[in-house]
Amino acid sequence: MNQKNTELLHQQYLKRLRSERKKVRVYQLLIFFTFFAGWELSSRQRWIDPLLFSSPSKVWNLLIEKTLDGSLAVNLGVTLAETVLGFILGTLAGTMLAAVLWWSPLLSRILDPYLVILNSMPKVALGPILIVALGTNMTSIIAMGAIISVIITTIVVYTSFKEVDQNYLKVLQTFGATRTQCFKEAILPASFPTIISSLKVNVGLSWVGVIVGEFLVSSRGLGYMIIYGFQVFNFTLVFLSLFVIAVFATMMYQLVELLEKKLIKSNQ
Amino acid sequence: MDFLTLTGIHHTYFTKTSAVTALNDISLDVREGEFVSFLGPSGCGKTTLLSIIAGLIDPSDGQVKLEGKTVKQASNQTGYMLQQDYLFPWKTIEENILLGLKISGTLNAQKKEEVLALLEQMGLENVGKLYPKQLSGGMRQRVALVRTLATEPKLLMLDEPFSALDYLTKLKLENLVSNTLKTFEKTAILVTHDIGEAIAMSDRIFLLSPRPGRLHQVFLIPEELRNISPFEVRNHPLYNELFQSIWKELEYLEPEEY
Repeated sequence: MNQKNTELLHQQYLKRLRSERKKVRVYQLLIFFTFFAGWELSSRQRWIDPLLFSSPSKVWNLLIEKTLDGSLAVNLGVTLAETVLGFILGTLAGTMLAAVLWWSPLLSRILDPYLVILNSMPKVALGPILIVALGTNMTSIIAMGAIISVIITTIVVYTSFKEVDQNYLKVLQTFGATRTQCFKEAILPASFPTIISSLKVNVGLSWVGVIVGEFLVSSRGLGYMIIYGFQVFNFTLVFLSLFVIAVFATMMYQLVELLEKKLIKSNQ
Repeated sequence: MDFLTLTGIHHTYFTKTSAVTALNDISLDVREGEFVSFLGPSGCGKTTLLSIIAGLIDPSDGQVKLEGKTVKQASNQTGYMLQQDYLFPWKTIEENILLGLKISGTLNAQKKEEVLALLEQMGLENVGKLYPKQLSGGMRQRVALVRTLATEPKLLMLDEPFSALDYLTKLKLENLVSNTLKTFEKTAILVTHDIGEAIAMSDRIFLLSPRPGRLHQVFLIPEELRNISPFEVRNHPLYNELFQSIWKELEYLEPEEY
């Protein structure tokens, strides 16, 4: 086949790719607008109860109002800080626990049933106990955000520590490496992709922990806004909070994904 | 005094349901600068024996002495090359080859220079900053050889290091490894199930019998084959003769194969 023909085919291929991408984008936007337009319309036409289901325009107005009086920023800031801290603490503690278990196979066998129990336990059920122990403040909410992800992180990361090819350790042992050196040079870097992907799961989990924590503590934050809106029957406020949570949870997830891409890239 | 001495090595693996004897009463000596091969069918405990010599496993009975010392005391005197290169994919080639020195805490500017120079001698230039993934199988195995040699081990153990490579690369690497080890006057033990490779590279071949592994016979490679490169050995008239006699012994050890 001659050069010109190949080039032409390539052009056609690229064109097809572009048009496909366009199609996907159009449908995505279509769903978005249909959903919000439908919501607005059914609320105005009273097909759904506007008191319960509010409407996009009301949520939007409330968003502007709450942004202007500064109360949204305060609540959002509190929730974000709690989530980020809970997320970091949960991941760090989980990874460190996994390292301890790897260090001592005996300890890991002893603790195995307890890990299984703790993992199957719904962590949010511990909420009241945490509040009693740590007080009705940010600390107990952060603890909720952390505790919800720590056990699953431990289990996932420990499993990946164990699955590192033993021959890498053999190489290190022939150089006379200590267990610390084996961990630092082989176990930890080999498990890096797993740790990063557990970060992605933990972002979502931390949001759950923090929102539930705020339901219980009920003083500040987006979770508080939801529970308050529910109690005074202001569902516009509930929807506003949900909207803000959706936006920021997605942003956090995207950030972690960006981090993943960067780290994995430097890994190759 | 011999360089490496094995006396009465026994090794048994225990599981919940069984005790499998992998090695039974193996005694042998290796002289300094010698290249020996452990040849045998699968299940003869070749790799176990190598791990015992390297001090990675303690034998159930018997002892290994390297220059009169037990291998535990003589750590860092042995280098080990595996079937696959096992270069760390997240480290650059340079970091990989300096790993041994880093771990033993003996890395300095001069040593680094020497190791990098060795890499160039192996025909690998300007690869220091690359990652293992970017190199071919043969290049990676050469890097693994440099990594093994970097700590200047007195005894090198090669556990089927060419088995994962294509035939042409394997022949080239046999020559390179053989030359390099001769130049540095290293003692080496090669584990293989490839008769040709054993003849081409060694000074002596220990034939092991399977289940449990024991020393069956020792073949001495004639002087004329020892001083030529592995590739030339394969073309030498004596090569075929030797191949046939080892082949017969292997057939005798495991006639029920196929």
